[in-house]
Amino acid sequence: MPDHQPLVSPLASIEAVESGLASQGYIASRQIATAVYLSEQIAKPILVEGPAGVGKTELAKAIAAWRGLKVIRLQCYEGLDEAKALYEWKYAKQLLYTQILKDKLGEVLGGAATLHAALDQLHDFGDVFFSKEFVEPRPLLQALEQPKGCVLLIDEIDKSDAEFESLLLEILSDFQVSIPEFGTVAAKVPPTVILTSNSERNLGDALKRRCLHLHIGFPEQKLEERIVESRVPGISQTLRRQLVSFIHSIRTLDLKKQPSVSETIDWARVLVLLQAAELGHEMVKDTLNVLLKYESDVEAALPHVTTFVANASRQNIFG
Amino acid sequence: MHVSPAESIDAMRAVAKVGFEERGLLRDTLLLTLAKSEDEKKALGACFDLFFSKPEPAQPSDPKQSTDENASASQSQPAQSSGGGQPQNLGPLAQMLLAQDPSEIAAAIANAASAASLSDIRYFTQRGIFQSRLLEQMGIQRLNDDLDELTASNPALAERLTTATDALRETVRDRVAQALLLYGREEAENLRNEILRNAPLARIEPRQVEQMRALIRQMARRLRERFSKPRKRQRRGHLDVRRTLRRNAAWGSVPFLTAWKRKHRDKPKIVALCDVSGSVARVSDFFLLLIHSLHEVVSDVRSFAFSGHLIEVSDILESKSAEEAMHDIMAKVGFGSSDYGSSLADFERQWMASLTPQTTVIVLGDARSNNLDPGADILRRISERSKRVVWLNPEGRLTWGFGDSEMPRYATFCNVVRQCATAQQLERAVTDIVATYH
Repeated sequence: MPDHQPLVSPLASIEAVESGLASQGYIASRQIATAVYLSEQIAKPILVEGPAGVGKTELAKAIAAWRGLKVIRLQCYEGLDEAKALYEWKYAKQLLYTQILKDKLGEVLGGAATLHAALDQLHDFGDVFFSKEFVEPRPLLQALEQPKGCVLLIDEIDKSDAEFESLLLEILSDFQVSIPEFGTVAAKVPPTVILTSNSERNLGDALKRRCLHLHIGFPEQKLEERIVESRVPGISQTLRRQLVSFIHSIRTLDLKKQPSVSETIDWARVLVLLQAAELGHEMVKDTLNVLLKYESDVEAALPHVTTFVANASRQNIFG
Repeated sequence: MHVSPAESIDAMRAVAKVGFEERGLLRDTLLLTLAKSEDEKKALGACFDLFFSKPEPAQPSDPKQSTDENASASQSQPAQSSGGGQPQNLGPLAQMLLAQDPSEIAAAIANAASAASLSDIRYFTQRGIFQSRLLEQMGIQRLNDDLDELTASNPALAERLTTATDALRETVRDRVAQALLLYGREEAENLRNEILRNAPLARIEPRQVEQMRALIRQMARRLRERFSKPRKRQRRGHLDVRRTLRRNAAWGSVPFLTAWKRKHRDKPKIVALCDVSGSVARVSDFFLLLIHSLHEVVSDVRSFAFSGHLIEVSDILESKSAEEAMHDIMAKVGFGSSDYGSSLADFERQWMASLTPQTTVIVLGDARSNNLDPGADILRRISERSKRVVWLNPEGRLTWGFGDSEMPRYATFCNVVRQCATAQQLERAVTDIVATYH
């Protein structure tokens, strides 16, 4: 119980959320912090949408790390069903136990005088094989059973089937699931639920209305600089500013896949490893493949590199 | 945007937590709770800004007003103090205007606006009537009487009141204009879209082309949402042995629960042949745009364009923006007189193999072959190889078969022939084609 107290208090205000996430190296924009604060205050899941690599999954991990909770992650894919997401009976164990207990059963039932009495006795422990011991909890059930609460991350919900969405509805609105064999399991402590989506398909309205909808886009320049600062500590201020400004120019191009925050961080790490003090266009050309993931994108970006690098270093003088 | 009662309750709870003090925060909160996609967020954000911009137009006009009046006030200050008893017999509106309390005036305008149900404004033609209603509600009648009286008794005060009244009229006008922007936009858009939907595609004006493209994209979204549902359906009657055994392992494989085989429905395969000569070009343009924005619904589209001869244009449409693509296509095959016979022959020679029994062939054209060989026998072979042949003709039924129209001869080999001249007809035709696969 003593460590139960600090779990509630850190969410006193939006500023507290912001600084708490920052302590885990996650620099949140005001919108993100507001969403996290509200989700806790009115007990609603957050549905996070946005391009790949802007820190949707990272947000869940940061919340968990900051509040000292466990992350339970459910990765969605096509064909995911309740047996893999919610619970499954341990068939082998059930079978094994019936075999082992066969003789014992005979003994117990042997005491019964009539068939009717035997049946009554059988009814008394008929549910033994469908009790909690034989349930294999999958992520969703695990999340509800955590004594201290947890962060439940349902990743890439848009990849799952529409039926699976309906399965989630009960959990999302009431934090409980119904298992036909032994009733409803309600959460001991309601978990913080984060759903992420890349908008590959449109989610159902029923799901959307149960969630706070948060869209994380590419961050503004200042924010991205702070993110790089916190994630790549060894980087000099000059390089950081040039790099972020360069990436912002790259994002104005028409690319198949825009470089996102995770690519910015990777690139910053690479440049630090190469011990770059400033952005030079030779170095940029050599390392562009860290930033851009398609050959056609690299080709599209190459002619602009020199201009962008020049702009970036100019930015540094005035900025 | 759809906001259900449950959502408004959630929004209210959230707002209760964060408070009203900070506008940015309030905006974020409402965006989080009410909007459910990025587009909706943008729309709601714009709506929020518009709605809460109310004080803004009042503010800039207020300083102006007050600087005007400061000047006049400094002159008339003694006059007011001397005629201190004067405002007593003025109407409430005149008193309010002379007191120059901007927040009180704003509140009065807001009250009048709700009394006159300003939120019902839909069309710009209603601006005048709402303005006069608002002013009437605020007591302009009494104000005018006061003004008449004052001009006789106290000209200085009357002048101040006149400027204040003008400023009031201006503010009210701004308020009505803003309300029109806020409440009328959607209605105006709906009206415009409705007209556009039923206008003949071939004859729309160049400035409407962009709007029409937007409309077509909207249609595509609607179709996608309707038809991109999972294509699995249980087929009772065929036992899936493997899954049944697996499911019943707990009972020693005594099959208490049965699992049935599932059937995957085919996604439509479409081959589109589009006439891009003369008046049909515009219709083909929109048709191709629609078909190619249906990725989630239609698995495989190949498009061909022809007038004198036929080329494949799928790649151009996939890689370029709608405008550029059409430009390219026209440069390659457009501007010839159409020759259906040789175009169909081109298709048979090179792409006949791409037709499968699941393919729907859509031909879009007026079937006017300039008295050349129509090549109807090729269409027969096409229809034999494919699931369906659908002919969409931008011309009205009455003209089919007259002049050089070969429509009746082609119609023999088509499963469906329909007129397709407006966006609405286009949508119905494509809906029917996709629906046959579901």
